[in-house]
Amino acid sequence: MNKTTNQKAWFLVLPVLVLVAFSAVIPLMTVVNYSVQDTFGNNQFFWAGLEWFEEMLASQRMWDALGRQLMFSGIILAIEVPLGIFVALNMPKGGFWASFCLVMMSLPLLIPWNVVGTIWQIFGRVDIGLLGYVLDRIGVNYNYTQDTVAAWITIVVMDVWHWTSLVALLAYAGLKSIPDAFYQAAKIDQASRWKVFRYIELPKMMGVLMIAVLLRFMDSFMIYTEPFVVTGGGPGNATTLLSIDLVKMALGQFDLGPAAAFSIMYFLVILLISWVFYTVMTNLDNRGS
Amino acid sequence: MAKITLDKLAHSYLPNPGHEDDWALKEMTHVWEDGAAYALLGSSGCGKSTLLNIISGLLQPSQGRILFGDTDVTHAPTAARNIAQVFQFPVVYDTMSVRDNLAFPLRNRGESPAYVAERVQEIARMIGMEDMLNRKARGLTADAKQKISLGRGMVRKDVNALLFDEPLTVIDPHMKWELRTQLKSLHNEFGHTMIYVTHDQTEALTFADKVVVMYDGRVVQIGTPEELFETPEHTFVGYFIGSPGMNVIPAKVEGDRAYIDGAEIALGQGYGPMGGRVEIGVRPEYARLSDSEGLPVNIRRVEDVGRHKVIRADFFGTDINIIAGEDDEIGADMTRVAFDPARVNVYADDWRVKPTGAAA
Repeated sequence: MNKTTNQKAWFLVLPVLVLVAFSAVIPLMTVVNYSVQDTFGNNQFFWAGLEWFEEMLASQRMWDALGRQLMFSGIILAIEVPLGIFVALNMPKGGFWASFCLVMMSLPLLIPWNVVGTIWQIFGRVDIGLLGYVLDRIGVNYNYTQDTVAAWITIVVMDVWHWTSLVALLAYAGLKSIPDAFYQAAKIDQASRWKVFRYIELPKMMGVLMIAVLLRFMDSFMIYTEPFVVTGGGPGNATTLLSIDLVKMALGQFDLGPAAAFSIMYFLVILLISWVFYTVMTNLDNRGS
Repeated sequence: MAKITLDKLAHSYLPNPGHEDDWALKEMTHVWEDGAAYALLGSSGCGKSTLLNIISGLLQPSQGRILFGDTDVTHAPTAARNIAQVFQFPVVYDTMSVRDNLAFPLRNRGESPAYVAERVQEIARMIGMEDMLNRKARGLTADAKQKISLGRGMVRKDVNALLFDEPLTVIDPHMKWELRTQLKSLHNEFGHTMIYVTHDQTEALTFADKVVVMYDGRVVQIGTPEELFETPEHTFVGYFIGSPGMNVIPAKVEGDRAYIDGAEIALGQGYGPMGGRVEIGVRPEYARLSDSEGLPVNIRRVEDVGRHKVIRADFFGTDINIIAGEDDEIGADMTRVAFDPARVNVYADDWRVKPTGAAA
């Protein structure tokens, strides 16, 4: 068969190229541009090579922020994934109550980030917040603006409240796709509840759980608004996560070069961890077949 | 293994069934023999899956009892019934190896590892999967997965019955034959009581010793394939089994004669008086075209299906099918159809009427 050659077809992809260029490539390249130059103001830039990258890699401040960030993502994943699965397993399978639960659980997902932050900021206040006031009155020493542990607990609980629904909804969708015959067969085989979970439900949920973990990891690793509204990164630098630190550096101190180098490494770390996770999980998935 | 007794069993999905139509399964009493292979045959919605689910314990009947041997298991949970079931879509534990799949029911019942290993080896040999034992079940073909579910069912020695719920639906046609043959030989070798639900008459007739034909929530006939063919007890059996199905023609029956729109037809046997809607039923295999005797018909077309010819005719609006040999000439003057008198059955309100005596 003869193919017709028509180079004009390239014009069809042009709109997409332009869109992607303006929305992603050009902004990213601007950052790359800043990361390899230095400025003394007056809009004059000088070539700095990899100097900023070297400086950032040697900076204790960045390693500390990265450490806090990894701890935050680790903690919320360790809570949200099992909790989400648990919620999904215990949700009604159909009827009015299933729809009711779905709507109720979707609500936190629909609230804008900074509103979530504000809700928890007020909720935890010792003077007027329901949570803070009650804890204070029953004698618990809780003050998220001064106590590191209290601040961490607050932002972790806030994130769990905000995002566990997402994991639960995805896990629920995975569970719903399991045909009844599997449960019937398990009954006939006298499988225990744990074995039903381990050999039927978990394998069937693997695909969606992988997506849930990836989404939650990326989102939590980039989290900014909520902890910023609640703690502002404090007390001290206790809750200064990577993006909060980045914004401080870029907009607070206006250190464009170091901040740009920081951003690029930040981006590469997310990319790397996601890629490693995805590759490991898909390999596990294909094992033996 | 055990015989299965259905005692005045009936089921309705409604909480307060009143009218007869409310019952998905109408009251029935049957005894199914130990070690026989039964096929439940019927079109969709006839209640065959309901009946199967009641036997397996996934559904509690609204009324009546079900006994395995002498034990009443009506309200016993599935696990306590010692049955095995192969479902329409293959159910295997994907993340386990074939070996672990086969061992699963035994391990859950706390059998010793030595016994489990021995049984798994035995079953793997039976289903011909010895060389695949260490493979993951994921990614196997549908027929291999169905064999695993079958093996999982047979791995327990004390299993009361093996139930099959249209197990060949997702299997490629060329594998269907092989699997069915394998099932049949496993049955002959080990003598499990088997109950096989299907809507495919070929599957039912080749698999079963006894075919249970269901229609509209009722068992209309339990019989050998031959009985279903020669003496269908209900017009549905005549119509559902056979290709094409039995010809059913409204008639008036007096003694050993039937009258159809004035034309007289000889019956093999004599009948007493009967009420209701009277029809005669003749299989197309026992009808032949003739130029001199029988009912005058209008031949619409002749289909040559290879090994024989199917003649589609009509007699004043009633369809009549006739099967003629592949080499039979069909002349233009052959516009009458004659029936073999011994093979004509008489039906009143769809149920077969027993003859009262020999033809005069």
